[in-house]
Amino acid sequence: MSDRVEVTGKEVDKLYERLNREAEASGYHLNTDVEHTKDLVEGLLVNEKRYGYWACPCRLAEGIKEKDLDIICPCDYRDPDLNDYGTCYCALYVSQAVLKGEKNLGSIPERRPSSEERKRAKPKSIAKGVSSLPLPVWRCKVCGYLCAREDPPEVCPICKAKKERFERFI
Amino acid sequence: MEMKHVKGKNKGNIMMYALSTCGWCKKTKRLLNEMGVEYDYTDVDLLEGEEKAKAMEELEHWNPRRSFPTLVINNECIVGYQEEKIKEAIGA
Repeated sequence: MSDRVEVTGKEVDKLYERLNREAEASGYHLNTDVEHTKDLVEGLLVNEKRYGYWACPCRLAEGIKEKDLDIICPCDYRDPDLNDYGTCYCALYVSQAVLKGEKNLGSIPERRPSSEERKRAKPKSIAKGVSSLPLPVWRCKVCGYLCAREDPPEVCPICKAKKERFERFI
Repeated sequence: MEMKHVKGKNKGNIMMYALSTCGWCKKTKRLLNEMGVEYDYTDVDLLEGEEKAKAMEELEHWNPRRSFPTLVINNECIVGYQEEKIKEAIGA
């Protein structure tokens, strides 16, 4: 059995405050069910200590960063799930409609492809026909932010996803 | 496979595949505890090696997407935290 990882209430509160601040600053919202949200923040901290990164607390991580990249919070599936269901898979993030109480929350279907499907998926090809552009265009896989520069930024200025979550778009 | 047993009223065979870090799994455990029913669960993220593989294989039999929580109540499978469905299946 894996060693139990301990996280203090203080660590949870600190990260909760930070995520809340960052979310509100860029048009995202944390779930106002604070008990649930803090449970998830605790899960993120446990996974950080266990795997070295914020693997989604509601999915089983493989523990190999490269294979878990798509489920590092905020995951690649958050924004489409916010659009379709008003909540991300674990319900750490919710939409404005949920915030206003126009929509009720519950478990939503898993959008992440199965491990077999993920193995089969080919990387997206880069859009052609604009090869005369002076710089490559990078796309954040989490929120869709685009920027034209030699390399992607260290952290996405919109959703705070790290550099490795960017793909070459053009 | 390591199973944790929670004592309570016997409402048949209730088994839950969970993750120790998962918010919906915690909500489901809280619901079962509030209902005061007897159940078994395993936190798959705390298992290792063969035990973990065996648990995932077993889970796949019930829920091919292998997502959490998966609840098996008297051979009926409920995926996700679905309060009404869980209460109905338990007969509360």
